[in-house]
Amino acid sequence: MSLEQFSKRDVAPGYILYQGEVEPKTGWEFFKRAFSRTIKGELFVGLWIVLREMLIRGNSHTISYPQEKVAMTPRYRAIHKLLRLQESGSDRCIGCGLCEKICVANCIRIETKLDKNSRKEVSQYTINFGRCIFCGYCAEVCPELAIVHSGDYENASEQRAHFSLKEDILTPLDEFKANKQQEFSGFGALSNDADSFVKKTPLAY
Amino acid sequence: MKKILITIDGVECRAKEGEFILNIARENSIFIPALCYISNCSPTLACRLCLVEVDGKRAYSCNAKAKDGMSVTTKNEEIEKERRAIMEIYDINHPLECGVCDQSGECELQNYTLEIGVNSQNHAIADMPRPTAHWGKINYDPSLCIVCERCVTVCKDMIGESALKTVKREGVELDKEWKEKTPKDAYAMWNKLQKSIIGVASGADSLDCTMCGECSSVCPVGALVSSDFQYKSNAWELKKIPAANPHSSDCSFIYYDVRHNSISDSNNKIFRVSNDYSFAPIHGGIRYGYDFENIVDSKDEEKFDKVVEIIKTKVDTIVFDSFITNEEALILQKLKDKYKYKLINNDAYMYKRFLNNFASTSGVNLYNGDLQTIQKSNFVISIGTALKTDSPNSGYMLNNALTMNKGAGLYFHPIADPVINGYSKNLLSINHKVGAEEAVLYLILDLFGKNLPDKIANYIESFHTKYSKSTDKDTKLDINSLYEILGVEDFSETLEKLLLKKDNFSLIAGEDLYNHPKSKNLAKILGLIQKYTDFNVVIIPSQTNTLGVSLICDLDEKKGKFSLGYNIKADVTLSALGKGDLDMPALNQQEGTFTSMNKRVVPTNAALSYHGYCLNDIANELGFDAEFTIDYTVDLPISSGFQEKEFDSLSNEFTQSGEEKRGYMLNSKPAICKDEIDELSEFEEIKNPLYLANPVKQFNAFTNKSHQLNEIGALYASSEFLEKNEFKNGDMVVLEGKNGVKLVLKIELDSFINGNIPYLPTFDNKLNTKQFFAGGYRFAEVSIKGVK
Repeated sequence: MSLEQFSKRDVAPGYILYQGEVEPKTGWEFFKRAFSRTIKGELFVGLWIVLREMLIRGNSHTISYPQEKVAMTPRYRAIHKLLRLQESGSDRCIGCGLCEKICVANCIRIETKLDKNSRKEVSQYTINFGRCIFCGYCAEVCPELAIVHSGDYENASEQRAHFSLKEDILTPLDEFKANKQQEFSGFGALSNDADSFVKKTPLAY
Repeated sequence: MKKILITIDGVECRAKEGEFILNIARENSIFIPALCYISNCSPTLACRLCLVEVDGKRAYSCNAKAKDGMSVTTKNEEIEKERRAIMEIYDINHPLECGVCDQSGECELQNYTLEIGVNSQNHAIADMPRPTAHWGKINYDPSLCIVCERCVTVCKDMIGESALKTVKREGVELDKEWKEKTPKDAYAMWNKLQKSIIGVASGADSLDCTMCGECSSVCPVGALVSSDFQYKSNAWELKKIPAANPHSSDCSFIYYDVRHNSISDSNNKIFRVSNDYSFAPIHGGIRYGYDFENIVDSKDEEKFDKVVEIIKTKVDTIVFDSFITNEEALILQKLKDKYKYKLINNDAYMYKRFLNNFASTSGVNLYNGDLQTIQKSNFVISIGTALKTDSPNSGYMLNNALTMNKGAGLYFHPIADPVINGYSKNLLSINHKVGAEEAVLYLILDLFGKNLPDKIANYIESFHTKYSKSTDKDTKLDINSLYEILGVEDFSETLEKLLLKKDNFSLIAGEDLYNHPKSKNLAKILGLIQKYTDFNVVIIPSQTNTLGVSLICDLDEKKGKFSLGYNIKADVTLSALGKGDLDMPALNQQEGTFTSMNKRVVPTNAALSYHGYCLNDIANELGFDAEFTIDYTVDLPISSGFQEKEFDSLSNEFTQSGEEKRGYMLNSKPAICKDEIDELSEFEEIKNPLYLANPVKQFNAFTNKSHQLNEIGALYASSEFLEKNEFKNGDMVVLEGKNGVKLVLKIELDSFINGNIPYLPTFDNKLNTKQFFAGGYRFAEVSIKGVK
């Protein structure tokens, strides 16, 4: 088997290789090229295409932002979200602090305490978006799929430091009750074949 | 002991005969896994991970003693199979809550599970409900507990309270089929694990001990955690600042674990204090009393200028206590040299006077013992100190010597102490009359003196009345009148039994002696004891750096007209407690050195930042020139035994083998000595005596400032005292001293003392308790009446 297809890493299948214009060699060929370039109406061809799309077909390649927005693919890493447990609606975040530890920009800080039921309560969770580089490590390391990236990419701010608090990124209860919390399938989510990696632990029940 | 040679995994190791193989391996950096063993405590054989092969036979390295020529293999297929099975069994039903567990990141169960590579489970057993128990400052989660019994061991062998024990767990019984499927040792461990769990030894709902918290420190998993710290911070967020215990003279090695305070406050805060439990136990005072910092936002120039102006014009005396660093003491001494201030430090003055008198008969300026000699000895005497509260670490070492070296001891103190009584059956508590310390020392000299000078020997002989009594057996009787002076029964027969096979002696002398009306003679007798007996003497410095201050400062007895107080209220006050005329940094905000009771100069580091002025700034304003306080470390007086060493060159750690590499040892100097002591003088008996001491965990105003230990001072008394005088716990009482001083305060039950002597604390600044103890002596006569 020829390895050629593997060694040509700059060429994806289905592309046509353009070899470049054939250079004129004789004086006649030079003359022919100069003549054709002089009288060819390529400029007008271009102008015509623009006018046709704009006036006759009514096409536009841009969208009218902010009335229109592009939907992001799941792997896009935009502003974070804290998700709620599907069953109970309480926070998924258990306050393990792994996101805080792994954060390369050092922009995540959490506060935890012992709550009334002797459980660990995450009393505050902040991300400084002025520092965040949207690397996605926090979503990847989260054992509970609690901190995820959303498709919400609008993170312009008036200040350099821009903190989001827990209440800003946690799924609002009304949205959750309306079943609008979307499961995250991007960075850090379980792969489709995740089940096949699990080793079963024997149980004595 | 004999030196021997053993081979561990092909490495030749020199060791002492009779040392445990595990300890030898650790000294030589050879790794043997072990969960349940703690250095200096007895092996429990709970985990069986330290299984090794000694000359082809299985042995547990934590309790197998080394013999010459032994060959040890720490790893082979069979051993690895056992270890893997043991770790799998520990992991059965262990809650998968590492995400929230406080121990996560420094958990030994996590570490060994990963080290041994447990990636699948082959064992199973039904779980049972195990609810969390709240034991005051400690929470116990039995579902996380692996019953390694470290807490039980450390409480018994090191702390001496035996407050915890293994109790029955109503666990599911192991199915017989597991016996065939599981390796031998793993099965035995599992069988035991199913049957036991940790519980309070007395059966009470909560822990009823002195709450040193050492059990939570040794716990390899998150089963025993401080209830104050629980779920506040992950282990890896905390930065460990190596330091020395600032509350008591043991100056034990501690770490301040600091982290940013909260999301909105990036300033550091101490979240807990941790320790190296293998080699340096710490008491509850520092484990829970760590946040005594003085938070100052900025330099207050106005106040500073005012104070400096007063110092320049008015001040002629500086009053201070010994909760300061060596460097600060040296700054004060330099100020004295330059401006002739009087230096008043009552505590260090008494101690220094005592040491000088001690040197006049012993011939050395320092005592010859330390905490390690107490730990190594097998006969220990404690005199003149309420050991449990004055110097808990000496108590731990005493207990460790009693339990690990099959030791015995005598505890002389007027106040009966059930905690110390509980150390061992072989510790004889002698509650002598108040003020009889001189007779106690004479008795020790009598019982243990060797080759005493004739004059002293003859004098001691004069206490004995020897006569032959014509009874049936015609026994010679020897009556020692010293026992009568002490007000106790002759215990010489018991003592004889206690002294069997004892060859290493230690004596702990404490604060009662320094302020005693006869302290001069007490010190001299103690000097003779060091010189003419086998005892290694330890004279406990009463405050953290009392020894350092007494060696560095030239102290005065009488105050001048206008005094500057450093952490003590005076005409103008510099205070690390706040509320003074100028704020000063507390000891957890300072770097510097302490001189510990081990005669060691140990460094301590600043855990928290401090933004105000410190003593060095004042000294600089008064004509000195040092950028930092620690610039003075090199200048510590060599004539007193200090060394010319930079602060930054001092190490602060323990090696693998437990060798203390912290700072440096003081050099002791010879002193001119004469074997001259005064005769035993009569002492006035104190009616209704009152003692000056602090309750468990309190040491000074700084411990009381910390949020976990904050309390209001009271008069503390035993239940016996309360019953006898018909007081109830919490009643208000009026104290009236001999000199007419009065104080109204609460009376509180202290279940850690017995007998009829109540005590007043010094930790509460709002109570002027010292007014009852005018001469400084820790016992005073007082009348106590109830308030109607």
